[in-house]
Formats: sequence, C-alpha cells, structure tokens
Amino acid sequence: MEKRCADARVKGVSTGTTILAAIFDGGVVIGSDSRASMGGEYVSSKTINKVIQVHDRIFCCMAGSLADAQAVTKAAKFHLSFHSVQMETPPLVVAAASILRELCYKNKEELQAGFITAGWDKKKGPQVYVVSLGGMLISQPVTIGGSGSTYIYGYVDAKYKPNMSRDECLQFATNALALAMGRDNVSGGVAHLVVITETGAEHVVVPGDKLPKFHDE
Amino acid sequence: MLGETEPEWLSEEVKTGTTIIAIEFNAGVVLGSDSRVSAGASVVNRVMNKLSPLHDKIYCALSGSAADAQTIAEIVNYQLDVHSTEIGEDPQVRSAATLVRNISYKYKEELSAHLIVAGWDRRDGGQVFATLNGLLTRQPFAIGGSGSSYVYGFVDAEYRRGMSKEECQQFVVNTLSLAMNRDGSSGGVAYIVTIDEQGTEEKVILGNDLPTFVDQ
Repeated sequence: MEKRCADARVKGVSTGTTILAAIFDGGVVIGSDSRASMGGEYVSSKTINKVIQVHDRIFCCMAGSLADAQAVTKAAKFHLSFHSVQMETPPLVVAAASILRELCYKNKEELQAGFITAGWDKKKGPQVYVVSLGGMLISQPVTIGGSGSTYIYGYVDAKYKPNMSRDECLQFATNALALAMGRDNVSGGVAHLVVITETGAEHVVVPGDKLPKFHDE
Repeated sequence: MLGETEPEWLSEEVKTGTTIIAIEFNAGVVLGSDSRVSAGASVVNRVMNKLSPLHDKIYCALSGSAADAQTIAEIVNYQLDVHSTEIGEDPQVRSAATLVRNISYKYKEELSAHLIVAGWDRRDGGQVFATLNGLLTRQPFAIGGSGSSYVYGFVDAEYRRGMSKEECQQFVVNTLSLAMNRDGSSGGVAYIVTIDEQGTEEKVILGNDLPTFVDQ
C-alpha cells in the first residue's frame, strides 16, 4: 500500500480505475469510470474521460499511470494516422492494438500502463484487444481492467453472453461499471461508454445518480 | 548438499486462501466454502472442509491462516458447550458470534483469521454475522477470503431478500464456482451447509458438477 502511494505521488496519478469492453452482435461497447485519484486519498478529478479516440472507429481505454497512458496514446494516435494515410484505408483495430503493444513492450521498464482497444473494421467486424502491463497482446470477446475490475470478475463471467443486442450489452456494461464503482474506492464518478458499430461511434454518459442501484443502496 | 533446499511448502505459512460465503434466507442460513488449502504456491490439502460446527445449529466458515482459524473455532466450540449447559438450552447465534469476536479482537495483532458465523436459533431465526478484525455485524449475507474480491460485483447484483432455500443454495454454489474460477488460492470441491428449524444438512458438490460459465 505504501509503495503504491509513493508511486502515485511520483508518477502523478494512480491505477484507480475500472475499464471494460465487450463485443455484441454488430459492434462493441467500451467504457470506463471517471475518477482520477492520488494514492487513494485525494480525488484529483471526478470527470476525467479515460476512453480515448485513436481513430474514427477505434477507441482505447487506459489503466495504470494516467500520465504514461496519455503519453502513449498520443504517440499511438500519431503513428496510426500516418499508417492509415500510407495504406489509404481506415486502419484495422489490430493495427492500433499492435502499435500500443510495441510502445508498451519496448518501454516496459519505464512505463506502467495497460490498454483495452476496441473498435470496428471492415475486415473482422467488432474486436476487443488487451495490451497488458508488460506488453502482451491478446484478443478476447469481453475484457475488464483496472483496480475496480477485481470485484466484477464474477459478475462478468456469469452475465456476459456472446451475441447480445446493443441495448443488452449497454446495460451489462453499465451494471458492471456501477458494481465496480460501488466496491472500489478509487473508481467512481460517471460512467463513460462508447458504442462502436459499422455506422459510427456513439458516446453515452451515465451520471452518478442515474447508475443502476443494487440491493443495499 | 549442493543446491538442495527444502520444499517451499515446509517453510511457507499454511493459509486457507479461500472463498467463503454465508447467506440468510427466509427460514435459515446457507453457508458455503471451497476446499483448497495452500502453502505458498503448493496446494497442501485439496479437500478441506472449511465449514466448522460451533454447535448443532451454528456453523462458522474459516479463512485466513488455517491454524489460527481452526484454533478459534475449537476454542469457541468449547466455550459454547459450557455456555449452553449453563443456560440449559441451545445458544443464540449472536452469542457464538460474540465469542468469536472477543477472541479476534483481543488477539487482533497475533491472529490473522476471519470467521463468518451463521446459524439458526429460536429467537431470531437465521442469522449471519461477520467478525472481521474484531468487528461484530449482522448482515443479510457475508463473503470472505481471497476469492471473495472477485465476486463482490456478482453478489451485489444477484442477492435479493426473501429467497427460498433452493434459490439460496444455487446462489451460493454459483458464487463459489465463479470465485474458484478466478482465484488461484480457491478451488477443489464446494461444501454447502444448510441450517434451518428442521436441522442441519451438509452437502458436497464435486468439481465437475459445479456450474460453468462463459469462458473468455
């Protein structure tokens, strides 16, 4: 606990976060909470958006040191737009995830950031990729990350079904974020969600008082 | 000898890295636990029953250091026996929980065990008490152990007041199964104990009979 606090003060912001992404029939939902805290004692921002757009239909969520994550996504955005100009076609989701992985792997000693990349492309449709702290890249239908994610592993395992409808998936993601924010003191605020399909990307923000309530609230 | 060190499980503390759960339903309680006992990375017992009787209709679920938890349970079992002889009738669940809490609080620096106490008595029916760190609190359900972190979201979402006995048992089995899938220190079989006015029923659910969920 003390080491984590010391790291937070050195790096600026901590790992307090809940992020997730899930594939549904025809698209993908990616979402996060909105709290940035310093070592679990002070909330430095109640409304930070951790879902970053790296291209028209590719978004990523950051966990870990927010400072590191912002720097990495900025570099990734640049590489990705250069790549898509060269290829003269919108980039593949796996390309965005690979760029993040390269950056995380090559700089693994200095960085402390992990990413979930989600998007839609013409080749493979909706996809979700996870780049972990050391730079491993894997593809999954649903994934969660950040400190708040420990509390919802059981919920996600039990409730995620492949080929859900858009609304079912949105409800599933909102519930999962609300449950995690309810138990993790370094996740909180509003739920930022983005629904990405062939037709485009739609932002949904669920403010704190509109989040689903559970039995003890 | 060159390069010969003792196996690590001889020097690691034995912990019941665990998932335990106790939940109250309309006429009693259901307790559940996994069966894994680990010493560092080794599983030293894969079939341990962590639901320990304190009295006929009062059980406790053990987590934390295996030695500490077992000792507390045995001491309270003895104290409860004496107490129930003195009062001439079955003890209340609250009394059992208080005895556990007294030990946990007094020796809080030396012990590292968390016991959840649950049972049925004539006065208040089914009750669940958490005794973490020397606090005594009655709750509709309680979860504990290393595996419990992974299922807080699931139990928050799925628990409803006034479930029937069968719904409760299914809920406990589902919760244990989800936690065992995610926690490296929980696993093996699931032990379930159901306590109500009629009596106490112990059940074991073997690994391959546990419910399965979508695997990522």
